[in-house]
Amino acid sequence: MDKSLHWRETIITAVVKTCGYSAIVFVILIFLFLLREGIPALAEVKLSDLLTTRWYPIENHFGILPLLTGSLIVTVGAMLIAIPFGIGTAVFLSEIAPRWMREILKPLVELLGGLPSVVLGFLGILVLSPFLRVFLDLPTGLTALAGALLLGGIAIPTTVSIAEDALDAVPQSYREGALALGATKWQTIWRVTLPAARSGVLTALMLGIGRTIGETMAVMMVTGNAPVLAVKLTSIFSPVRTMTATIAAEMGEVANGSTHYHVLFFIGLVLFLISLAVNITASSVVFKSKKRAERVLS
Amino acid sequence: MKRRFNIDRFLVQRLGVSLITLVAFLTVVPIIGVFGYIISKGAPAISWEFLTAMPRDGMRAGGILPAIVGTLYLTLGTAVFSVPLGIAAAIYLAEYAQENWLTRLIRIAIINLAGIPSVVYGLFGLGLFVLFLKFGTSLLSASLTLSIMTLPVIISATEEALRAVPQSFRTVSISLGGTRWQTIRKIVLPQALPGIITGVILGLERAAGETAPILFTGAAFFLPRLPNSPFDATMALPYHLFVISTQVPEMPVQIQYGTALVLIIFVLGMNLIATVIRSRARAKRQW
Repeated sequence: MDKSLHWRETIITAVVKTCGYSAIVFVILIFLFLLREGIPALAEVKLSDLLTTRWYPIENHFGILPLLTGSLIVTVGAMLIAIPFGIGTAVFLSEIAPRWMREILKPLVELLGGLPSVVLGFLGILVLSPFLRVFLDLPTGLTALAGALLLGGIAIPTTVSIAEDALDAVPQSYREGALALGATKWQTIWRVTLPAARSGVLTALMLGIGRTIGETMAVMMVTGNAPVLAVKLTSIFSPVRTMTATIAAEMGEVANGSTHYHVLFFIGLVLFLISLAVNITASSVVFKSKKRAERVLS
Repeated sequence: MKRRFNIDRFLVQRLGVSLITLVAFLTVVPIIGVFGYIISKGAPAISWEFLTAMPRDGMRAGGILPAIVGTLYLTLGTAVFSVPLGIAAAIYLAEYAQENWLTRLIRIAIINLAGIPSVVYGLFGLGLFVLFLKFGTSLLSASLTLSIMTLPVIISATEEALRAVPQSFRTVSISLGGTRWQTIRKIVLPQALPGIITGVILGLERAAGETAPILFTGAAFFLPRLPNSPFDATMALPYHLFVISTQVPEMPVQIQYGTALVLIIFVLGMNLIATVIRSRARAKRQW
């Protein structure tokens, strides 16, 4: 009896341990498969050709610069929306709104985070882009701007939720101290509370950026899918195409093992490395204040 | 001079607070607008036929039953793989792991899994499950892909729930002669169950709404029947919404809004269930 109990304990420990390592295994597997299918692209297409401005796979033009700039312009646009609105809303919820209002509004904002991005893309096609076309008098509403607006909306829940947690974790005594010294509420927020929550707010922004770069469906549906180089400021008003959208739109139609297929995997590899960099940077901030990370899910 | 300074200070205070309030208002109102708009536009499309019939006329009429059932299957299929694996991984992190470099590496891996773009999961699923393991474009490949994507959510939430169980519960069980596993199974897991269920539902909610990971691993453009084996491709609500709003010309708008509404109800319904379980468990908690 005792012995069988001992054996069971050993086996269960081994199983649990193996499952514990699964996350590492999957990250490595994903990396290996992206390498396996993506690296051949470098043999088939010269690096100097990859770094050109013409993406036209049918005639073997695989310049990924338009896709990079497309992702960049949409992401920057989205962050210009998500930073003021996300942090502003977080400050409002944590510092200004009465408790009951916060209890209603925070779940509401997080509800937006649960909305499938394809639904936002759908509204983008039917509502947002016709509005932009008429309002800004553009030839088409399917532009980088429409993508940036939707992505801003997608990044806001993440940003609000984590930034609000960070602000909430600032000890009440900081605020009381500032107020006792005669500071106004605004000065307290601006000079005491926000700086004290700095690392958490930065994490919120990093994770917001991470979600934005990786977002696929909403962007694919509203940015007009034109792989042209977006380097001018006015490019925001013209159609673009992101890296994610290119993979999603073209992978279904390529022959497995073709050059086009390998290049799409190569783009996936680039996306993977970007998300790795963003998340490792964000998590190195998170680890400094583990208590807050624990609050995120509670 | 001093007085002026004071007036400015309070003016700034009032301006600042108003600005922040305005910003929050501008954030919240569109959110309510989005939900209200879809509900009001989609509700008229919902009927018994819409929910239970096959699509007809190139998806321009009839119902969306295969998409609803497909999403249900995908969600359950995802649960089959990700729930046991995720819970076991969380048990390891909360109950067995020591704080060393390997555990830190696991945590970094989990954070990174959570951040990988969904379309990259699609590529990975295509490379590993569809082509390398030859599962084909199928329910199985899509479920496996989605389950790896949901793993970080389930692990993090379960670990939080396990850690919330007070240490004294474990101490008592061990001192009564319980083994480590007996303690976990009979004491810790039951106490943490509501938290675990909440986390699992939130993870699966994400899987149910995702399109990009299933694009090339299991989603069918149009399939006027229900999948009858794990190796069949399947329709799914999010992909169907994508198809009928971008790929099908002259699509009646009402069906599009109806599909969007059904998808939202499916996803947010799961969210609501998770919230209810969580708040009930909190009210009943004994510690």
